Amino acid sequence: MRVEEMVCIMCPLGCHLTVKEENGEIFVAGNKCPRGIEYGRQELTEPLRILTSSVLVERGDLPLVSVKTSKPVPRKLIMQIMEILKSTKIEAPVKVGDVIIKNILDTGADIIATRNVERIDVA
Amino acid sequence: MIEKNVDVLVIGAGAAGLGAAIGAAREGVSEVVIVERDERSGGILNQCIHNGFGLHYFREELSGPEYAERVKKIVQQYPNINVKVEQYVHQIDYRRKEVVVASTEGITVYKPKSLVVATGARERPMGGILVPGTRPAGVFTAGVAQRFVNLENRLPGKRAIIVGSGDIGLIMARRLTLEGVEVVAVVERMPYPGGLERNIRQCLKDFNIPLYLSHTVVGIYGKERLEEVIIAQLDESYKPIPGTEKKFKVDTLVLSVGLIPQSTLFKDFLKIDPWTKGIVTSSSGRSSLNWIFAAGNCTVIYDLVDWVTEEGSVAGKFAAMYVRNNWEPAKFFVEKGQNVGILFPSWYEEGTNLNLYLRVKKPIAEGTIRIKQRNNLLYSKKHLNMLPSEMISIKIPESKIGSGDIIVEVLE
Repeated sequence: MRVEEMVCIMCPLGCHLTVKEENGEIFVAGNKCPRGIEYGRQELTEPLRILTSSVLVERGDLPLVSVKTSKPVPRKLIMQIMEILKSTKIEAPVKVGDVIIKNILDTGADIIATRNVERIDVA
Repeated sequence: MIEKNVDVLVIGAGAAGLGAAIGAAREGVSEVVIVERDERSGGILNQCIHNGFGLHYFREELSGPEYAERVKKIVQQYPNINVKVEQYVHQIDYRRKEVVVASTEGITVYKPKSLVVATGARERPMGGILVPGTRPAGVFTAGVAQRFVNLENRLPGKRAIIVGSGDIGLIMARRLTLEGVEVVAVVERMPYPGGLERNIRQCLKDFNIPLYLSHTVVGIYGKERLEEVIIAQLDESYKPIPGTEKKFKVDTLVLSVGLIPQSTLFKDFLKIDPWTKGIVTSSSGRSSLNWIFAAGNCTVIYDLVDWVTEEGSVAGKFAAMYVRNNWEPAKFFVEKGQNVGILFPSWYEEGTNLNLYLRVKKPIAEGTIRIKQRNNLLYSKKHLNMLPSEMISIKIPESKIGSGDIIVEVLE
């Protein structure tokens, strides 16, 4: 049996949840609405997170472009994704929404740019 | 020296200033100029690469730079908005209504019909928390560390301790961890965290970063570079308890102990709250001088950038109305009642909606927020789990409001 205390973050109410796993079944207590059950279940089995970070840019007006995953990815993959991002280098110009890496680590999420970086050409 | 007449001049091209320009342009003035000190517009949003912005304003969860790009796109729809970067406001002559700006073009003296101040906030510095020890390199405010990591591709150090558990401190704990800096602890002097629960979970618990509540830094040591930080537990009167000291070998201390409205340029002629340093304003964004408006973190420290943009556009709109027909209605006090710590705005002007923002003085598990104008009850509603760290926003439409002073209180 596994029990975890957590605060639901689906809305500002912040219900204090007790999430229990017993014989493969998950029980959520303390929630005031069904979204709490969904949140508690997901957090206990496979927590998902949007990852935001940055990627090196060459010939840009900034040395970095900020990026994010296009949808939440399993938390356990975050450090692995960071390793990939650290070894990635792209060239300016970059536009918001540009896909930088498609389907990263087979998560179904893309790494997308979250800012514009203009190109500067130095002679 | 260049002299320039302009309808509305906005100081600062962050979330509030861009919002103000949009508000003024929508109201139909001939020219709005924004002067910005940085090399790009967007303000602090540019370095806040994390998620969680825009849910109110754009009904979508965005990162800081995405939010900035969206707002800039709206600004571009108005040809009468002129955004000028790398401009430094040197002086304001409030009697002659002149704003002196230095830039690579030289000195420009703007003569605006109306001014909107959107200068944002500064970070509370180390001097704000008196700590014994040496003064080595390696002590940064969170915003500076964030700028290094997210804009300049530099890391502040290898092993860090973070002081202050507000959202900026928590977000920097995660950001530094992701970039390979070992974050050994987050230290908070209050018995409860300053930031949102969501950030406690996603920034600290996700990475097993310990949070020391009711603790403070009692020593900072190092010759040239920071070497050691000592923390200790605090008793109920916030005094360190002898014998509870813990030592951390770190080369970096990140300070996230709050923001102070940036209002010093205006302190000689605008009413400034002596306690918060915010520029005192009315529900229209008007300051204590009829032609100067202010919005965003230079008035009150907001929780959400969405509110900053919104209040920016309110101030811009009424600044434009002042330009058009000297709009200046009757105004009434908005007063703090019991349990109200921070309250915005300070005056209500007839003909505006009342967008109230407040913080409670202490945590209140269950209470009623009551807003009264004389004997007229404008608002009364039960609120749960109110915390000083969480700003509460209440909107009261103009149609419900009459004349007379307004009092806002939280009943336990």
